[in-house]
Amino acid sequence: MILSDTDSNKTVMQSEMPFAMVEGRPLTVMPTDLYIPPDALEVILEAFEGPLDLLLYLIRRQNLDILDIPIFEITKQYVQYIELMHHLNFELAAEYLVMAAMLAEIKSRMLLPKPSSDEEQEDDPRAELIRRLQEYERFKQAAEDIDGLPRVDRDVFVAKVYLDKQQDNEVVLEVDIKDLLMAFKEVMARADLKVSHEVEREVLSVRDRMTLVLDRLFQHKTISFRSLFTKEEGRQGALVSFLAVLELLKAQSLELVQNKPFGEIYIQAAG
Amino acid sequence: MELKELKNTVEAALLAFDEPLAIKDLMQLFPEQEITSNDINLVLNELENEYQDRGIELKRLSKGYRLQTREKVQPWLQNLQQQKPKKLSRALLETLALIAYRQPITRGEIEDIRGVAVSSKIIHYMMDRDWIRILGYRDVPGKPAMLGTSKAFLDYFNLSSLQDLPSLAEIKDIETLEQELVFNELNNQADKNQTEELNEN
Repeated sequence: MILSDTDSNKTVMQSEMPFAMVEGRPLTVMPTDLYIPPDALEVILEAFEGPLDLLLYLIRRQNLDILDIPIFEITKQYVQYIELMHHLNFELAAEYLVMAAMLAEIKSRMLLPKPSSDEEQEDDPRAELIRRLQEYERFKQAAEDIDGLPRVDRDVFVAKVYLDKQQDNEVVLEVDIKDLLMAFKEVMARADLKVSHEVEREVLSVRDRMTLVLDRLFQHKTISFRSLFTKEEGRQGALVSFLAVLELLKAQSLELVQNKPFGEIYIQAAG
Repeated sequence: MELKELKNTVEAALLAFDEPLAIKDLMQLFPEQEITSNDINLVLNELENEYQDRGIELKRLSKGYRLQTREKVQPWLQNLQQQKPKKLSRALLETLALIAYRQPITRGEIEDIRGVAVSSKIIHYMMDRDWIRILGYRDVPGKPAMLGTSKAFLDYFNLSSLQDLPSLAEIKDIETLEQELVFNELNNQADKNQTEELNEN
C-alpha cells in the first residue's frame, strides 16, 4: 500500500519521491522518530525480491538512470533501509549485507585517483553493478510479461463435456477355480462329441504331461488352456492334461490369466 | 467416413479429454478407417473457423489442440467463480522467467542473477505442476541439475512454443556501457530518454 502510494505520485514529483503524504504535504525525508508498525514494514520488505530489487527501487524512485548511479546517495539510502530492517529485528537476509558491502567497495574505489598511464585502463567500478542491475531488471520485466500471458483457470478455461468413462477391461483378472472347472467341463463335452473311435491304450502319466506343459510354456511363454486338449487323446488325455495343470498350479509353477470375463483362459509361466 | 461425422467426432474428443490432443492422438480415434493427417487438419481448420465468433475457441498449443474459453469472456465468468485463481508470487515468476529464457540453467545461475537464494518450495511447486523439469546434470563439481521448461508450461500459459514468449529486453554490453558512461557525463540531460528506451525494449 505504501509503495503504490509513492508510485501514483511519480508524475507529480520530479525529485525524490515522498514516503507519505502528511496533512497534504509530501514527506520526502524519513523522520527519525517515525513509527512504522511492524506489520507495515513487513509489507515493505516483502515487496522486495532481494537486494537488487531494493536497489532498483531506490534508483527508479528518484528517476535516476541505471547507467549513471550516484553511488554515494544510493548507498546512503540503501543502508538506511537496512538499518530500519535491523531496528525492527527483522531477520535480515545475508544477501542484503553483501550488497551494502559491494556498494561501499565501489564508492571507495571511485574515490581512489585513477592511474595516469593508459596501459591498464581500469573499468568503471560501477560497471559490474550496472550489468547485474540491468540483467536483473530484464528478468523482472520478463516475469511480469509471463504473468501477463493468458493463463489456464485464470484467463481461459479448458472447455469440457462430461465423458462417461467405460469400465476398463484391460485389467487382468484372477482366474476363479470355478471358471477353470467350467472350461474343463466344456472341453469334456466337446471331447464327448468328437470321440468316434476307441483310443489306443496308452499310459498317459500326469508327470509326463506336466513336463510337456512346462516345455510348451518355456517355448511359447503363453499358451491357451484349450490348446492342451486334443480330440485324439479323448477323455483320458483331457483328464491327464487337466490334472497336470492343477498339479503345476498347486506347485505354483504356472499362472492362469483371463483377459475378460468368460474369455479365453491362458497359461503363463510363473513369476 | 463422412467429413461431417469426422468433424463431429474430433470435436467431441477435444471436449472429452482433459489434455490437449495432437493430430497423432486424434488419428488414433479411427483405427480401422483410412483417415490421414490431412483429413484431421482439414476438420480442425473447419472447426477453427466455426468457432471464430463463439465464446470458445480452438487453440493450437505445444502438445496439440485444445478447446478453451476466450479470454474476452473471462471477466464475466469470473463472477461465477467460487474462488479467485491463485496469484503467482514474484519470486516464482522471476525464477520461472529465468528458467524459460535461459534454459538449461542451474539453481546457482538463477541465484546469481536474482541476488537471492532460490527457495526449494518454489522449485518443487513448479516440478509438481510439471512446468519445469530436469534436463540433465552439469559436469561440474556438485553436479547441479540443469532446469528447463516442459510442454505443460507452454500449454498452461497458452503458448505453442518457446518462440512465442514475449521477447526479452536487450541488455547493453559492457563496452557500449562504458561509452554510455562517458556520454552521460557529457550530457546528463539525455538520461531519462535512455531509461525509457531501456524499458521499452
